[in-house]
Amino acid sequence: MTPESTILAAICLPLAGALAIGLAGRVSPNLREFVTMATAGCLAWLVWSLLPLLMAGGRPGVAVGELMPGLGIAFEVEPLGMLFAALASGLWIVNSIYSIGYMRGNKEKNQTRFFVCFALALSATMGVAFAGNLFTLFLFYELLTLSTYPLVSHKGDAATVRSARVYLGVLLTTSIGLFLPAIIWTYTVAGTGDFVLGGVLAGKLGDPEVGLLLALFVFGIGKAAVMPVHRWLPAAMVAPTPVSALLHAVAVVKAGVFAITKIIAYVFGIDFLFDSPSSGWLLYVAVFTIVTASLVALRQTNIKRLLAYSTIAQLSYVVMAAAILKPMAEVGAAIHIVAHAFGKITLFFAAGAIYVASKKTEIYQLKGIGRRMPWTMAAFSIGALSMIGVPPTAGFVSKWYILAGAFEANNLVAVFTIIASTVLNAAYFLPILYMAWFAREESGGAEHGEAPFAAVLALTITALLTLAFFLFNGSVIELESQVVRGLD
Amino acid sequence: MLSAPLIILLQPRGLAWAGATAAALASFAIAVALTIAVLDGQTQVYAMGGWPAPYGIELAVDQFSALVLLVVTGAGAGALLAARSSIDQQIEPERQPLFYSAWLLGLAGLAGIVVAADAFNIFVFMEISSLSSYVLIAGGPDRRALPAVFKYLIMGTIGATFYLIGVGLIYMMTGTLNLADMEARLGDVTELNPILVAAGFITIGLALKAAVFPLHVWLPNAYTHSPHMITVFLAACATKVAIYVLIRFDYMVFQSKLDDHATQFAQFLMPLAILGILVASAVAMFEGHLKRLLATSSVAQIAYIILGASFVSESGLAASAMHIFNHALAKGGLFLAVACLAYHYRDLRLDQLGGAAARMPFTSAALVVCGFSLIGIPGTAGFISKWLLITAALESGPLGWILVAVILVSSLMAVVYIWRIVETLYFSDSAKGDIAVAEAPYPMVLVTWLVALLNIGFGLFPTMPLTLANASAALLMGYSG
Repeated sequence: MTPESTILAAICLPLAGALAIGLAGRVSPNLREFVTMATAGCLAWLVWSLLPLLMAGGRPGVAVGELMPGLGIAFEVEPLGMLFAALASGLWIVNSIYSIGYMRGNKEKNQTRFFVCFALALSATMGVAFAGNLFTLFLFYELLTLSTYPLVSHKGDAATVRSARVYLGVLLTTSIGLFLPAIIWTYTVAGTGDFVLGGVLAGKLGDPEVGLLLALFVFGIGKAAVMPVHRWLPAAMVAPTPVSALLHAVAVVKAGVFAITKIIAYVFGIDFLFDSPSSGWLLYVAVFTIVTASLVALRQTNIKRLLAYSTIAQLSYVVMAAAILKPMAEVGAAIHIVAHAFGKITLFFAAGAIYVASKKTEIYQLKGIGRRMPWTMAAFSIGALSMIGVPPTAGFVSKWYILAGAFEANNLVAVFTIIASTVLNAAYFLPILYMAWFAREESGGAEHGEAPFAAVLALTITALLTLAFFLFNGSVIELESQVVRGLD
Repeated sequence: MLSAPLIILLQPRGLAWAGATAAALASFAIAVALTIAVLDGQTQVYAMGGWPAPYGIELAVDQFSALVLLVVTGAGAGALLAARSSIDQQIEPERQPLFYSAWLLGLAGLAGIVVAADAFNIFVFMEISSLSSYVLIAGGPDRRALPAVFKYLIMGTIGATFYLIGVGLIYMMTGTLNLADMEARLGDVTELNPILVAAGFITIGLALKAAVFPLHVWLPNAYTHSPHMITVFLAACATKVAIYVLIRFDYMVFQSKLDDHATQFAQFLMPLAILGILVASAVAMFEGHLKRLLATSSVAQIAYIILGASFVSESGLAASAMHIFNHALAKGGLFLAVACLAYHYRDLRLDQLGGAAARMPFTSAALVVCGFSLIGIPGTAGFISKWLLITAALESGPLGWILVAVILVSSLMAVVYIWRIVETLYFSDSAKGDIAVAEAPYPMVLVTWLVALLNIGFGLFPTMPLTLANASAALLMGYSG
């Protein structure tokens, strides 16, 4: 297959999969799950088959059609998008294994709708990752929002629907209200919205406007959950855990920070932003988000809400790293997308496994659970350590690069933020670990063992990935270095 | 080819559904043929009875008329194709031939307005279309349609009279009724005050007909209580034809001859458009009746078209023309889906429609697609016109940012009211226990889906309407030179 058709296939395959899943769902759940797994496997194979070409410096692209002069649907694969697509498609396989265990273990209703929408969301994610211009990015960004709404509101009771409305409301309001005008402004000023390394805006926009446009982009991309547009993420935690795991630790939120990173590198251009003083505020907003979200996380008692606030903080790591505007930090931003994905999906998987096995959702209920669910809690511990950034986990690698970038830019604010947030992360994760492993279980609790095998298998895989990434990250760093090569 | 409009004018005899549909389809085919003919910029002219203009009655089709003609005949043909079962349910058999002939008259009237090249024939066709639409709206089983139609009748007549007064004044000053001739002769008129008054009368009269805020009060009730298929037809094209005449008059005739006309026109209509967009969208957000909600949203959408026109720029006019086309697609599709829903649900209040998606999955899905188009989600037709409108607003100087904000805020309001429908259909519990799948008759669903797919099709490949819209904008702005 040519790379061009591979790109299109990667976007169409989950769509076809969604259809097939819907049809198979009428026949039998087993067939439906088989189709899901097959689709996920094929998608990952397709996406990963592009990797060698990218490593060699290729940039396959394909234009689908033109709506108006200069405004068309086009795809182009570059290192950032490749990384994001590879990550999302790879983790979809693991997540599907987990979903099957979780949904069956919980006897959820409307399972077919769940798997169909999941495939749709993945198709949109691929579109976001491979988008070759702002318009295409926006198109799939909106599709991603819409296709995940049924997943968030899956439970269907009044409280869930209310939360799902917050989810949809915040994401659509920011994207239509801020993101869209930013895109149109870019098209008007630059005459194009294509992603070009080094940016298209240099020399075409004066100083205060640059900062304003950047603000429209950053707050318009609500999926990145930069405060104050972070409200949707805790609200989305009403979704079944597999959704929180893949979509709200990987696909959706990463689509947000991925889009911001990509826009900084490919629309503004790192050097152009670095020379525009009015863009300096972004760093401080990210810093504020990191610290505040970590403080809020400290006060959470519900496991999933704690993870949500932790995600908000970690997302802003990526934004902050991108905002340092130094090559090393940009690489750090890309790596943190991966590192956080492995760690956070493990944490969510573990939280879901605990819920399936014991129906426990609050932190204080976790006393002594490590002895009942050793596999799950071991994975949870690895994930938590990765969040804190302790070697030998993935989180350490990305923190290393972000710190290196911060020193390179002589940016002490960023350095201190990383230190402070490491302390805060430790402050909210370590007590959980202590409770789970060393505290004595309260008497009178229900008997339970491990979660269903599929769930445990999935979270073990992601925990191992978290560890493996510490050792084997060379190719990822090499790939992402292409983005900043020549900019030193 | 040149005699094409003639067929549209054929007086329908008491034809039943098949005849009416065939006639509507034929006129749609002719409209398509005409569109192809004018795509290269050639205006098609036909002098009725062989008398040359300016004395004879002249029919002319340029790109702008072609675009609107497509919308009118398309809406007529589409609605008629789907209408059979719905009309069977709502109108007793012996009145049906009368009903269909009134419908064809309305279609002929609207199409006639679009192709007519002189001011008086526009008035004649306007009366034909208005009178038949009174009949159509009142023809349903809903008795509440009668007061609604009475209101419409009064306001429509006032509008038409205003228009006629304006045309009379111009005739007094120029001695001609032919639009092109009028434009030419206005240059010789020295006393411009009567013309100014005429411009005022015509603009306001047509604004009434077009339901421009705050002259829109007749519209929600008329749309809500008319037979469902008539709502489809009227919502898709009736008001747009009035806007068409408004734009044509103001740009073609007055623009070049009256000093500062552009500014006056913009200053008069732009605030109304902004108010209309915001107020109508806000009202729609809190409306509990599905049809009335969509009707109220129409008022806002019409205001978008007016807003585009009030930029007095080529990009603004192109956005307007485009929105005429795209809104017809979106709203036509929505009302078609409503008609399908109404086939099984007598009561169209939102709280009665809970869980309807389980019973009518295809209809509901089509409704969602058209709803997205109305909001302007990318990938649908509605997005294209929003994009054009925002681009045009950005070009119109510092004020543009406020306009962009208005457009965006109202888009968000559209999200709210469309989402209320979606949530009702999909995520609230069924009012009644049984959830057996019971779709509307398949022709209705088929046409609804056709329109829904067109919404996506023209959202991804908008070249055809875009070419027409750009050409019409260039044409209209050309007169001011």
